[in-house]
Amino acid sequence: MKTSALSKPSFRGNYRKQLLGFATAFPALLCLTVFLAVPCMCLVLISFVQRGEFGDIRWAFSLENYKRLFGFSLYGWSPDFLFILLRSLREAFVTTLICIVISYPLGFFIHARKSRFSRLVWLVLLNVPFCTNIVIRTYAWQLILGPGAPLAEICAFLGVAPPGTPLYPGTFAVYLGMISTFLPFTALPLYAAIDRMNWSLVLAAKDLYATRFKIFTQAVFPQTVHGLFAGIIITFVPAMAMYVVTDILGGARYMLIGNLIQLQFAQARDWPFGATLSLALMVLTLFSFALFKTTRLTKDAGIY
Amino acid sequence: MRKSHLLFTLTAYLSLALLYVPSLAVVIFSFNNSRYGLSWRGFTFAWYERLIENKYILDAAVNSLVVAFVSTAVATVLGTSLALGLHRVRFSHTLNWLFKLFINLPIVVPDIIMAVALTMAFSFFRSFSSLFDMGFFTLILSHVTFQISFVALIVRSRLATMDEEMELAASDLFATSLYRFRHFTLPLLSPSIIAGAMLAFTLSLDDFIISFFTHGPDSVTLPIFIYASLKRGITPEIHALSTVMLTSTVILVVALERLSRYVVRKSEAKVAREKERILEEAEKA
Repeated sequence: MKTSALSKPSFRGNYRKQLLGFATAFPALLCLTVFLAVPCMCLVLISFVQRGEFGDIRWAFSLENYKRLFGFSLYGWSPDFLFILLRSLREAFVTTLICIVISYPLGFFIHARKSRFSRLVWLVLLNVPFCTNIVIRTYAWQLILGPGAPLAEICAFLGVAPPGTPLYPGTFAVYLGMISTFLPFTALPLYAAIDRMNWSLVLAAKDLYATRFKIFTQAVFPQTVHGLFAGIIITFVPAMAMYVVTDILGGARYMLIGNLIQLQFAQARDWPFGATLSLALMVLTLFSFALFKTTRLTKDAGIY
Repeated sequence: MRKSHLLFTLTAYLSLALLYVPSLAVVIFSFNNSRYGLSWRGFTFAWYERLIENKYILDAAVNSLVVAFVSTAVATVLGTSLALGLHRVRFSHTLNWLFKLFINLPIVVPDIIMAVALTMAFSFFRSFSSLFDMGFFTLILSHVTFQISFVALIVRSRLATMDEEMELAASDLFATSLYRFRHFTLPLLSPSIIAGAMLAFTLSLDDFIISFFTHGPDSVTLPIFIYASLKRGITPEIHALSTVMLTSTVILVVALERLSRYVVRKSEAKVAREKERILEEAEKA
């Protein structure tokens, strides 16, 4: 590997420089290779073996884990794991969609602030949650949604929920947690796109009596689609793999693929099945990256 | 386009509420004079006093800081040298693609898969050395592994846009490569190195999932401690701890931002001085 890189220096006297360069990069590359790249590849190998009696690995190769993933067991076909996969996809999809729906007006609003300072303040306010801890931000919702807390009482007053019932654990709490976690992920790249937009096109569309819908689809959307796609990809992929929010706000029964993987590596100690699930998640991740890459828009948007 | 639609304004403030109301609730309840329940019973600092007396919390805080400082220092050096090294070396096309993929892995791969990969790697190495028993070493190593990429990416993007003219001019004047590195490359890169280190530091302090998989009983960090106490039942002490963490992160981010601005200004001045000197010497020559 080393010799092939060094055997063709681009010009004379470069040999030492190349060697030095490789030596500087080597420790970091070693670290990434040994602890990350190789184990990721090993996931494939381990997904084909079995769990031993004591949570160890039994080196007997079979398709058992994949059969289990697709719901085939001794008792017939019950696609529980597939449902969890689908639910993860749905969760990520809905979260991303709601984030986009919020991010557009938010972006327009920030763009319309008159002073540079007030725009800066809004951007900082969107950025701060990035730096604060996700566990804290998530459990904080328990206070808002718990029984007797303001939001629960409002819901009881409106007759949405019987009085005294907490709004968590449950789907509603999970979505609130997810959206508040991922909103900055979508909003910031989208704002960057909105800020660069050529607004004269919007004015021209208005002059030509275009409807609001037409203005959006013809003048705004094409100009912001890059930022939008960047936002979608950095929201969708981590949302799919979310573990903390579902675990804290969803209750013990609310499972996404992330929770399922954690379960295999912690309580169940079934690493081979955990590896199979991780691979499934990996495939979904790569698939969504590929989906966006084929449009070649992510590249322009600065991803990769 | 300076006037916003009412609906836009409403959405903007609503999303602000979505981001901040929960955290504010935590801050408020950390001053609440009641152990159980969510009703307001008057103002108190008692939970903060309890916090200082709680040995486990102090330990976790120290652990978090030690891990963040050590891993950031290591990852900044490794990540910067990775970026510099890759910048210098002309690899074959495939190898270049492969290394780029490796650097991107921690950014592209979901946290939980990275945690799984690291756990598997550590358990494999554990059969050779007890160094890889889950604890400080594995925790720091796992943090370094994901931090390297972020540092390297930020430094690389700066290297790609750096103008190398001055470095070439200096080398024409027989400056040694060490001199060039110290007086041009490093000052020009220092803002991006600091930005990378800042990002690495906040990522380390913030990280939950990877730490959760790779920590040992002696190396519980604050996020893990909070998570564990959620399972036991929340106490107002946890609110107080969270409040301290929230405010210190905000202060930290602002302070680091100020610091990086200062360094940028200083390094720019330094490079400008050096440029002038070289031009003078070149004229003499």
